[in-house]
Amino acid sequence: MPTLVKRLFAALVIVLLLVVINQYMSREGLFGFGVPPYYARLIVLAGINIILAVSLNLITGFTGQFSIGHAGFMAVGAYSSAYLTVYYGQPWEQSLAGIVGATLAHALIFLLAIVVGSIVAALAGLIVGIPSLRLRGDYLAIVTLGFAEIIRIVILNIDSVGGATGFTVPSYANFLWVYAFAIITIVIVYNIVHSDIGRALVSIREDELAAEAMGINTTRYKVLAFVISSALAGMAGVLAGHYLSFLSTNDFQFIRSFEIIIMIVLGGMGSLTGAVLGAIVITFLPELLRTLGPKLESLLSAIIGADNIPASVHTFLLQLANYRLVIFAALLILIMLTRPQGIMGTREFSLSWLKRARRRPEGDKPVGEQGVSIAEQGPRSAIDRKKEIENG
Amino acid sequence: MKRLLLSLGLITTLLFVFACERKGGPGAGGNSGTIVVGYYGDLSGRTSNFGQSTKNGVEMAADEINKAGGIDGRQIQILSEDDEGRPEKAATVVTKLIDQDRVIALLGEVASGNTLAAAPKAQAAKVPMISPSSTNPAVTQVGDYISRVCFIDPFQGDVMAKFAANTLKAKKAAIMLDFNSPYSRGLTEFFEASFKKLGGEIVDKQSYTQGDRDYKGQLTAIRSKNPDVIYVPGYYGEVGVIAKQAKQLDIKAPMLGGDGWDSTQLWDLGGDALNGDYISNHYSVDDPSPAIQKFVADYRARYGNVPDALAALGYDAMKVLADAIKRAGTTEEPQLKDAIAATKDFPGVTGTISLDKDRNAVKPAVVLKLQDRKYIYVETIYPEGMTPPAGAPAAPATSSTSPAVAPVSSPTKAASPVVETKKAAPSPQ
Amino acid sequence: MDTFVQQLINGLTIGAIYALIALGYTMVYGILRLINFAHGDIYMVGAFVGYFLAFQLGFAAGPSVVGLTVVLIGSMIAAALVGMAIERFAYRPIRKYARMTTLITAIGVSLLIENLFVAKLGAAPRAFPQLLREQSYTLFGNAAISKSQILIFAVSVLLMLLLQWVIFKTKVGTAMRAVSFNLNSAKLMGINTDFIISFTFALGSALAAAAGVLTAQYNPQIDPLMGIITGLKAFVAAVLGGIGNIPGAVLGGLLIGIAETFVVGYGQNVGVPTTFRDAVAFAILILVLLFRPTGLLGSTVQEKV
Repeated sequence: MPTLVKRLFAALVIVLLLVVINQYMSREGLFGFGVPPYYARLIVLAGINIILAVSLNLITGFTGQFSIGHAGFMAVGAYSSAYLTVYYGQPWEQSLAGIVGATLAHALIFLLAIVVGSIVAALAGLIVGIPSLRLRGDYLAIVTLGFAEIIRIVILNIDSVGGATGFTVPSYANFLWVYAFAIITIVIVYNIVHSDIGRALVSIREDELAAEAMGINTTRYKVLAFVISSALAGMAGVLAGHYLSFLSTNDFQFIRSFEIIIMIVLGGMGSLTGAVLGAIVITFLPELLRTLGPKLESLLSAIIGADNIPASVHTFLLQLANYRLVIFAALLILIMLTRPQGIMGTREFSLSWLKRARRRPEGDKPVGEQGVSIAEQGPRSAIDRKKEIENG
Repeated sequence: MKRLLLSLGLITTLLFVFACERKGGPGAGGNSGTIVVGYYGDLSGRTSNFGQSTKNGVEMAADEINKAGGIDGRQIQILSEDDEGRPEKAATVVTKLIDQDRVIALLGEVASGNTLAAAPKAQAAKVPMISPSSTNPAVTQVGDYISRVCFIDPFQGDVMAKFAANTLKAKKAAIMLDFNSPYSRGLTEFFEASFKKLGGEIVDKQSYTQGDRDYKGQLTAIRSKNPDVIYVPGYYGEVGVIAKQAKQLDIKAPMLGGDGWDSTQLWDLGGDALNGDYISNHYSVDDPSPAIQKFVADYRARYGNVPDALAALGYDAMKVLADAIKRAGTTEEPQLKDAIAATKDFPGVTGTISLDKDRNAVKPAVVLKLQDRKYIYVETIYPEGMTPPAGAPAAPATSSTSPAVAPVSSPTKAASPVVETKKAAPSPQ
Repeated sequence: MDTFVQQLINGLTIGAIYALIALGYTMVYGILRLINFAHGDIYMVGAFVGYFLAFQLGFAAGPSVVGLTVVLIGSMIAAALVGMAIERFAYRPIRKYARMTTLITAIGVSLLIENLFVAKLGAAPRAFPQLLREQSYTLFGNAAISKSQILIFAVSVLLMLLLQWVIFKTKVGTAMRAVSFNLNSAKLMGINTDFIISFTFALGSALAAAAGVLTAQYNPQIDPLMGIITGLKAFVAAVLGGIGNIPGAVLGGLLIGIAETFVVGYGQNVGVPTTFRDAVAFAILILVLLFRPTGLLGSTVQEKV
């Protein structure tokens, strides 16, 4: 089969699968099987986190520029699109419905919201990226952090988007929308990383000075990657806003950006599948920790008897959920100290990788001075890539 | 491509795993067995002190009911979840409580923003939710399953405006609000409208955000406008310091506040600088009525400190729910939510609670004067249309002013007779 | 005019606090090229150590000069130890790794400290005991200055002079300057660079702790998250003055403090809401990066291969 047909076929299968799964995501479900709303919600939130993690990975994992204001771009996308759907969504949808039918009109309006949210977030990325990416070093980190704060303050001052009270938004997104766009995000980032641009980005990560010496316009590529990453974060914001149907600036604080960072650190910086795994783990782990303490305690009391549990262990288990952020932070430091490239490193997860890993149990390559091992799965080293870029 | 298909396959498998996990929770409704009630609040975030206080109040009320034999023999179990003060998490934990734990009713949240995010989930699942202390009017507009036991922003802002204009005879007011807090902004809005209607003038409006370290910039600007009173509808953490820094700047106008001021920590932060200020509140810990004194004593014995208004409201929310279950005779819907909505003249710690047609509590507010680490009762202000009950315990002199207050135009902040001198704030250790 | 002088005093007060914290950022950055995100939390730790010292040693009962001195010095020593421990266990093992690794570690350390304090003590604000008998003095007509403000000025000037003396007049200071000039050459010259880096962290942390205790006298409200925004602004102050440059950090701190207070005091007259106070520092940062990336007093440093 020609590649194009094959791809179209694959896309069709995926869409069909998503539509079917979407049916399960309700209490009624299909054939009496439904995912309970709590899990359905977590699954959808995981999808939004996948978009965020994969997009952050483009700038931080592949390009090596540390951004800690992802939540800010998410907020920009969420609020700008929500403004559109709240104030214009209904009338536009009605006038469109007369032409193309209600269902399609609904979808088109939301699609428009997604496009608008992404574009506004991309613009914000451009404004933030140009001054801070011209410079080497850690300025991007601090500027993005500051930007996320400014955005929050600006939104708080706009009463037409709810200000401090929060903004009630029509509910458009569901499982289908979120996962369709999660897949689109993965495809976009995958294609960028495996193109000339991607090789330029990786060369910037490995050695910015050398990349520049090779004739790569490092600022241009960094800004490009940053703008794309911001746009995708904005898209995630649109989906999140229209799924939660309530926006509050309290959801876009520093801690949100931190969660996204920990997803890619956990999953591996420079690994797409790693980011996806990280997003899933970080979505479900805190919820698991809510019930882990009582569960462990009942397990323990079944083994040694309820009266034999020391009081200190008892209180610790009861408070385990309160320590989940401490556990996250400790996890982050631990990973950095032992595996700075993240758990997956730059490897991608696949079945063949599993097979290979079994054959070669010696494990990791030694970590270079840069702390990030050169992409293992690719046959080319970073230097080869630079040469390729040089050759055009 | 293969990879994508593979991961989709994995997801589908996972879904089946989840789908098969459906099971009846411990507290599925009905007329027998333990009554499971969900509480959600901020237990680890910036406003965790509010969430914790409310939780204390809720748990104490549940324990009291259980010790007295439960509701028609059924025991109450409280399941608490932490939402970190994040609206998204609030909606998630409410979904969990409804879906996994099968709670029959929900109590929470303090912050209106978090309640607004979570309330649609309760409404959609037809589980009644009683907010102890979300004062934003929008909260109960979410639907007929959402109600509250506190008064709403318009009323509290109105109370202070009336007090400032009528009792203190203030003409010029400045406002200093917590910009990040819907509560503070709501109070400001209605204070402003009401004060202007009563012929006053707002000479300056400044704002700060929770966690600011310095307020002198705003206070200096306010000082240059010479207001008669300064309305500061914030939370105690900032307010105490604002009072202190105002004193350092030699600002003499008394400050007025809302129930957010009520905390044992207020005095440690503000000290003597708070003398002569006034707040509106749900109740007074110094109220001599036996019900309130018993509540204060029990709370103190159990948690080691004086209950703030949030603890009292949490306590009342649980008691109102229990009362409704008793009246309905069942935890089934829609009988329970109808019983909650029909709450009338319930004798709560924070006043006599009746729910109006919008399921907002209608009850009087008290104005208290701050003096030497005590809250001195000044007057009770009733909402429009509510007639002061004869000989109400909370109101020694109904709607009239006690001698504790002198109009601001006179320079003396005279020491006033103390109604009750029981309260002393413990040291923070 | 009164109002202007008053706002200037207000601005200089918080500016002095930012300056004290910014010194720690700038020294560490000068030596390790690391944004020590946990530095703002050291400021918080300093305030909390002071809080517990005051209660444990019985100084909380009433204002006393002895109490204040003991609490101030005690918390400075404790914070210095914490700073050294963080350097030893979190930063030293990964010093040779990419900048991003150290940066992420720094954020991790910062979050660990914050969340540990929140989990142990709760996020609710606490009241720092008053160790100084508060009194206000009037200057220039109606401008008031309080004792705690005078204390902040006096102690920060003293500490800055002390720091200047350490860096320029002592052997350790000479070594610090050498390490910040070139770590590897300094090592080759026989300087114990590990010790010097440790010492730098101790010095910076002690200054931050002093800032913590001093602010707590001015504003008695302390909570585990108080270091986040203050720390960030102090970092911006360090960048504004020229990162790695010690007088620059002081200048930057004072400027940010004044800019912030003026936005609060006069912003409304020109249509800038008071709430933009936190945004000012970051707006300044973006402007500095656009027009003078080396900061006001900084010199261009060529990136070496």
